[in-house]
Amino acid sequence: MINLFYIAALVAIIATVLAITRHHAVHALLYLIVSLLAVALVFFTLGAPFVAALEVIIYAGAILVLFLFVMMMLNLGQDAKEQEREWQPLRIWIGPALLSCILLALIIHAIMGEGSASVVTEEVGPKAVGSLLFGPYMIAAELGAFLLMAGVVGASHLRRREFQSEITGKEES
Amino acid sequence: MLNQLWLVPTLPLLGFLILALCGSRWSRGLVATVGCGSIGLSALVATAAGFDLLTTNSENASFTQHLWNWFEVGGLSLSIGLHLDALSLLMILVVTWVAFFIHIYASEYMAKEGYSRFFAYLNLFVCAMLVLVLADNLLMLLLGWEGVGLCSYLLIGFWYSDPANGAAARKAFVVTRVGDTALMVGILLLFKHLGTLDIGQILSTANAQWQPGSTIAITAAALLLGGAVGKSSQLPLQTWLPDAMAGPTPVSALVHAATMVTAGVYLIARMHGIFLLAPVVMGVVAVLGATTMLVAGCSALVQSDLKRVLAYSTISQIGYMFLALGVGAWTAAMFHFMTHAFFKALLFLGAGAVIHSLNDQKDMFKMGGLRKKLPAVFWTFLIGSASLAALPLVTSGFYSKELILWSAWASPHGHPTLWAAGIVGAFITALYTTRAVILTFFGKVKTEVSHQPGARMVLPLCILAALSTVAGLLQTPHSLGHLHAFSDLLETALPVTHLNGSSSVEITLQAVAVAIVLAGVALAYWLYQKAPHLPERIASGWGKPIRKAWLAGWGFDWIYDQLLVKPIVAVAQLNRRDIIDLFYTGLASFARLLNFLLSASQTGRMRWYAAGISAGTIFIFLIVYFT
Amino acid sequence: MSAVPINHVLILAAILFSVGLTGVLARRNIIFMLVSVEVMLNAAGLAFVAAGARWQQADGQVMFLFILTMASAEVAVGLALILHLHWRRLSLDSDTLNKMKG
Repeated sequence: MINLFYIAALVAIIATVLAITRHHAVHALLYLIVSLLAVALVFFTLGAPFVAALEVIIYAGAILVLFLFVMMMLNLGQDAKEQEREWQPLRIWIGPALLSCILLALIIHAIMGEGSASVVTEEVGPKAVGSLLFGPYMIAAELGAFLLMAGVVGASHLRRREFQSEITGKEES
Repeated sequence: MLNQLWLVPTLPLLGFLILALCGSRWSRGLVATVGCGSIGLSALVATAAGFDLLTTNSENASFTQHLWNWFEVGGLSLSIGLHLDALSLLMILVVTWVAFFIHIYASEYMAKEGYSRFFAYLNLFVCAMLVLVLADNLLMLLLGWEGVGLCSYLLIGFWYSDPANGAAARKAFVVTRVGDTALMVGILLLFKHLGTLDIGQILSTANAQWQPGSTIAITAAALLLGGAVGKSSQLPLQTWLPDAMAGPTPVSALVHAATMVTAGVYLIARMHGIFLLAPVVMGVVAVLGATTMLVAGCSALVQSDLKRVLAYSTISQIGYMFLALGVGAWTAAMFHFMTHAFFKALLFLGAGAVIHSLNDQKDMFKMGGLRKKLPAVFWTFLIGSASLAALPLVTSGFYSKELILWSAWASPHGHPTLWAAGIVGAFITALYTTRAVILTFFGKVKTEVSHQPGARMVLPLCILAALSTVAGLLQTPHSLGHLHAFSDLLETALPVTHLNGSSSVEITLQAVAVAIVLAGVALAYWLYQKAPHLPERIASGWGKPIRKAWLAGWGFDWIYDQLLVKPIVAVAQLNRRDIIDLFYTGLASFARLLNFLLSASQTGRMRWYAAGISAGTIFIFLIVYFT
Repeated sequence: MSAVPINHVLILAAILFSVGLTGVLARRNIIFMLVSVEVMLNAAGLAFVAAGARWQQADGQVMFLFILTMASAEVAVGLALILHLHWRRLSLDSDTLNKMKG
């Protein structure tokens, strides 16, 4: 089980690095899916099978597929890849990488300072999660529903205006 | 009609509102009808109300109309109320009727642009003046007081496109403001000590609570006097009135001769109880009046601008009224106010007609020979001048001036010196009046008449000329039948003046006065008609510095300029960079600097924002972790 | 059941988070920035789940659910914006979208 965790972690890190460095958007998304599946495996090793399932179904399944659909609609071809190569010379990575490394070093330092405790990987199943979510976290769940509704309305609003101006051929100001 | 008293100030206000809202789109005829009609109706209502007042209760003729409560705060309940007694009745009658005649005159006189604006201002002025006069409490009186000040400002600067007119308007406003401030302080002082603003209550409680000659009474009276001096253009605040002639002539006639400038006289007469408690201030009033009379009279002697002669003459005549007030001859002062309103309005309107006919020529030395060209104006102007010069028997000015002179001699507050000053003043008055008439109407024709005044200008002249003649017969001295309708009327509202002196003395003094006046007229006739080179020789010879000083109104403007205006301007120049505010502007510019730095960081690039957030996170992390 | 040290899980989360952050800072294309943000969110969720596992509580998983909710809403709006920009023939370069410049 421990080995499974380390392998999954390694896959997740590599896939993520690849995901953010690809020049082609679809490739990046595919690597991201790999990364998410690996993280789902990590969740499983941590004794959270319900979340692992959600990670696969919603994150990798729904959200990333939404991404892919949008990429298809954008219809980015070889030109986009070339442009991406132009936008991302190697030296642009230096600064962000440096900043992130400092942050990472600080965090790791902090985490190591706390002493090591092992996770007892007893399963916390969907039932416990469900009773907690619709018990003490009820209001937060409702607010989450509101947020989703806002996301839906916002997205449809943006699209609708776009659609209209497509039909009439008029540019909006 | 007494219950309709509120209509008297309301009708002009209504006229003002109508003209201000839609006058600019109306024809001139309609504007003139509304403008004159509102005043005419107001005059009729005032007359009817006065008639009712005098017939219903002749014993204690006063009537108070409580309209509504203005405000109630801290135990002070202030009402909008109108108080009509003999004093305010006289004032509203004079104000409304004279204003009506002047409105009719102005409907022809005003030719240039701003016709409806002019009538709107004039109506507003009449409204404010009536509020001032009819107010039953001091705060409402102050409302009217400031209202007439505002209208005076607007009307002096009526032709605002000329900066000189604007400057004259500002000067009038600022100089009177000095007096207004004193008045306001006086009102607050009265309120603090007597706890009421109602005029009747103030007079009765002051009489009961204060000792005659006590400091508080003197302070209050002196402050009220300050207000009166500013508004009535007396020494030392007289400098604004000659410049106020920049306004249209009907304005000079109405505002700066007949009504507003006599508001100070009215104020002192209305608050007579306070002044009677402060004999010192009474003396000051008399001396101020006498001095102003002489100073302004001398200035009037040398002016070349016809309107300025009349302006200085107005100051001088109000000096007479103050003299009368100072010696406790309340009735005499109000009598002179009335006759002066008639004949000075007449003179201004006549002067306006002359100036109008000569295409805005105001210099008397460029006029002349108008006796034949403008007969109607000449005769009415002559009647007005005779009244101003107080020619005996046939003029109203004679009777009112005689009453003042006799009071100055015989009143318990009077003094022979004051009488002597009055006599000298009468001589000077006769001199400059005759000079003005001769220069304007006699001699050779120097400027041709371009057009004759029409009926609407001549008719008011005739009516006012008639009033200037007959008004004097309301009150005649003992030697001439002793009619006393006027004093009977006013003594229901004002204290009786006890004059002690034998009739032989009175007749002697009158003879002296008459002789002096005739001598003045004769001297002026000789100087300007028979030997016109003589005044010129005096003016260019030994009289040159005197003439210069008198021409400039004794240099008061210069003194004030040096003493007050220049230092203030110098301080303002020094402080033009706001030295005191430097600290605060420094704070502001420091904040601006920070704003600059922060807004420079707002590049609009998301990635930089994200980098900023990460850097901040690292920073906070370091702080939390390593401290 | 063998135990995974909690430190290691958290370090994994930190690494993923840093990689995501690097992506956000370095990429100019908005699409990739959005992808990187997803990575960061996911890392945060991982930290929550790890903490929940450490104390044998379901709260961490509930928090992950909320992050999931938030992420989907964010993606919906974000993608709509991207489409909006694309259809109006605007660049997807985040550096040129600087109308908010102060």
